Amino acid sequence: MKEKMKAFFAAFLRLCKRIGAFFGRVCKNLMDGGMAIPIIALLLLVVFNLIRDPGFFGIGIQHNNDGNVVLAGNIISIINGASELAILAMGMTLVTAACGGQDISVGAAAAIAGSAFVKVLKASSSISGGTVVLAFVCSCIVAMIFAAFNGTLVAVFKIQPMIATLILYTCGRSIAYWINGGATPTVSSPIISGIGSFIPGIPVPTPVIIVAIMTILFGLLFRFTSLRLFTQSVGVNGSAARLNGINSTFIKLLSFIILGVCVSVAGCIGVSRLGLINHETLLIDIEMDAILAVAIGGNSLGGGRFRISGSIIGAYVIQMLTITLYAMRVSSTDVKAYKAIVIILLVVIGSPVVKEKFGKFMTRLVHGRKRVSAKGAEE
Amino acid sequence: MQEECLLTMRGIVKRFPGVLALNGVDFTLREGEIHALMGENGAGKSTLIKVLTGVYQMDGGEIKVDGKKIVIRSPQDAQDHGISTVYQEITLCPNLTVAENMFIGRENGPMVRRKANEKRADEILNKLGIPARSTQQLGDCSLAVQQMVAIARAVDMQCKVLILDEPTSSLDDKEVQMLFGLMRDLKSRGVGIIFVTHFLEQVYEVSDRITVLRNGELVGEYLTEELPQVQLVSKMIGKELEELSSLGDAEEKNDKDAEVFYEAEGLSSSEAMPFDFTVRKGEVNGFTGLLGSGRSESVRAIFGADKVNGGTVKIKGKPAKITRPIDAMKHGIGYLAEDRKRDGIIAELSVRENIILALQVMNGMFRPISRSESEAFADEYIKVLNIKTASRETPVGSLSGGNQQKVILARWLLTHPDYLILDEPTRGIDVGTKLEIQKLVLKLAEEGVSVTFISSEVEEMLRTCSRLIVMRDRHIVGELTGSDLNQTKVMKTIAGGEAQ
Repeated sequence: MKEKMKAFFAAFLRLCKRIGAFFGRVCKNLMDGGMAIPIIALLLLVVFNLIRDPGFFGIGIQHNNDGNVVLAGNIISIINGASELAILAMGMTLVTAACGGQDISVGAAAAIAGSAFVKVLKASSSISGGTVVLAFVCSCIVAMIFAAFNGTLVAVFKIQPMIATLILYTCGRSIAYWINGGATPTVSSPIISGIGSFIPGIPVPTPVIIVAIMTILFGLLFRFTSLRLFTQSVGVNGSAARLNGINSTFIKLLSFIILGVCVSVAGCIGVSRLGLINHETLLIDIEMDAILAVAIGGNSLGGGRFRISGSIIGAYVIQMLTITLYAMRVSSTDVKAYKAIVIILLVVIGSPVVKEKFGKFMTRLVHGRKRVSAKGAEE
Repeated sequence: MQEECLLTMRGIVKRFPGVLALNGVDFTLREGEIHALMGENGAGKSTLIKVLTGVYQMDGGEIKVDGKKIVIRSPQDAQDHGISTVYQEITLCPNLTVAENMFIGRENGPMVRRKANEKRADEILNKLGIPARSTQQLGDCSLAVQQMVAIARAVDMQCKVLILDEPTSSLDDKEVQMLFGLMRDLKSRGVGIIFVTHFLEQVYEVSDRITVLRNGELVGEYLTEELPQVQLVSKMIGKELEELSSLGDAEEKNDKDAEVFYEAEGLSSSEAMPFDFTVRKGEVNGFTGLLGSGRSESVRAIFGADKVNGGTVKIKGKPAKITRPIDAMKHGIGYLAEDRKRDGIIAELSVRENIILALQVMNGMFRPISRSESEAFADEYIKVLNIKTASRETPVGSLSGGNQQKVILARWLLTHPDYLILDEPTRGIDVGTKLEIQKLVLKLAEEGVSVTFISSEVEEMLRTCSRLIVMRDRHIVGELTGSDLNQTKVMKTIAGGEAQ
């Protein structure tokens, strides 16, 4: 009996150790990859909200207008509302990593993609599943063409990404206006509203499911191709990448085209939510939030190493912040200012200067008062 | 001493952490002379120049200008004492006019007297015979003229000492002659010129005196006409000729009968002059020559690293087209670049990712090497090459230079190349690792891999190579094999010593 207890206890201890080691490794990986800041920010926001209102994260089950059983609550609306941002942040991460710059035209491009989506839908007499797929494919192709335009300017003509994409940023919504013929056409169909809100029988908002699918697609992309290694190589050291046979022009162009797909998906979700395309307001100002999500996610805006998961969390941090402020009855005009304050904090804390200072501080803590010489050989 | 001493530097010492960059160096510049400062990489030339121009603070010694002891704390101080520098890269603004460039930063008060400046600029340009107008945009002038405008700016600031740091490296022959004309003119006006260059011929064409540095120490000061080129080379490299002759011949290797792996005829690139070159299977050959002689540019052309302009290439007897690195890689050629930081390592990526990079590129985008496979590769080469790293996931940028170099070697070895080009694989790394790399090269050759080896250290090349291609001023000037493989012969060929 005693023996058995001992053996059981030992096995239990081993198991505990294993679990501990696993979580330790996960935590270490997260922290090493620069994921500490977005995760801590997210946790702080959660704790803050719980203190402010213990019921903030309550999830309820409701019947919506169509009689479906759906999940409801702040947490659901945060995750749902951040969908477009999260999808754009994924693509933006890739462009940032490869090109060391950002695409500021994603909002305008999404308006074009959304307009193309609606245009094809309106062209058919009745909206069936097939029509929606066709419309999405068309919207995708349009978005990819515009992305290829941006990508060519950046990869072939070596124009700084922000300058290159400034062109589409400026004229994108005008192009959308032409596609729509100056109107804001509406589409009403159970399929479209299903994409924008809930599919009957599934209690999770469809945009959230789409984000999950996109995440999995990106995961598969990195699993079954060596895109991550090539993109990072091009971003860190273009010259060395070239001498190792990597076609950096192609990699940069590809990153833009993948972002184009993300833009189209985000645009179609945006259109489906409202059931109409308003080229002036669809995903307005989202480009800056997408870039922020990348930065908050611990990715260097100068390119190189990247983590898509960081950017996704970054997107949720931004959305959580916005919803928290709204829940605190901050007026929508003031929200931007408060958001700015929090973001300044996050970005400064994540900056290399602070990181280095913090690193030195930690080293001093660990090694006592030994002076850490920062002087390196100059030649 | 018949001439006036313009500048004397005595016992200059400069330390960097762990390195004594200058160890009691003396340097004297007389009025109205062109004085060449010579030495191989790391000899301390640029450190000496930087001490003189106030970029670095010296740790010992004294500097006198016109017999008066001075202290130079900043580039501005140097300027105030009449010491001006024109750097290799033109540091003027191409989008401003010539006159604006000459007077920028020298305005008295907030007003810019444009007309007056332009007039003054034209005067100086005329006086020095520089073919430029004051109102021209600097960017529209040729590089040589831009260089001359920089000199004119220095001259106008009443400089007594003019430092020209590699002024001719981006100029063609005609432009070099223009520059030399200007230098001789300034010399006749009593300006002392310090001329830093890698081109031996130019030194003999224009300079009066030569000071040679080696490993941070003064080798000596010589009158140019009294120092033959061969002697100069041996002083720079650090072996006396007699001493060299007594060294035994390099180990003879005979692989003349091996099949030809690579054959180039008239190969040229944007950087390299046309040349012919053949590589046999299992052969170790080397390109030698002083820095700037075109040895790196030539091997870069073989790998397609620069834009290839012409020539025909055959691999194993079959015509091959190599215009991009990937073409070369597909033909089994690997290339370890000279500049490890810029062209070699992907600093932020891990040792593992750096090792598998080239193989992954050859496999293509859609055949990724699995995580476990790549870990196995990394572990294998970390062990084989004895790479000292905390783990295979450590960013390669945090490794020491020698270990970074081994990681890049591992990267190419993993592709199992037939022909490996190693450009300065041993530069800046410790002696132990150097020997390891040399041994590895010989081992590869035994296994039938052809290797082209480039090193600034002739001794190292003699130890590993069975054939040396000697380059001077961007042309192949000789090919040495067998009993010709000794330092004396190599140096004579480098210096163009056959005639002497």
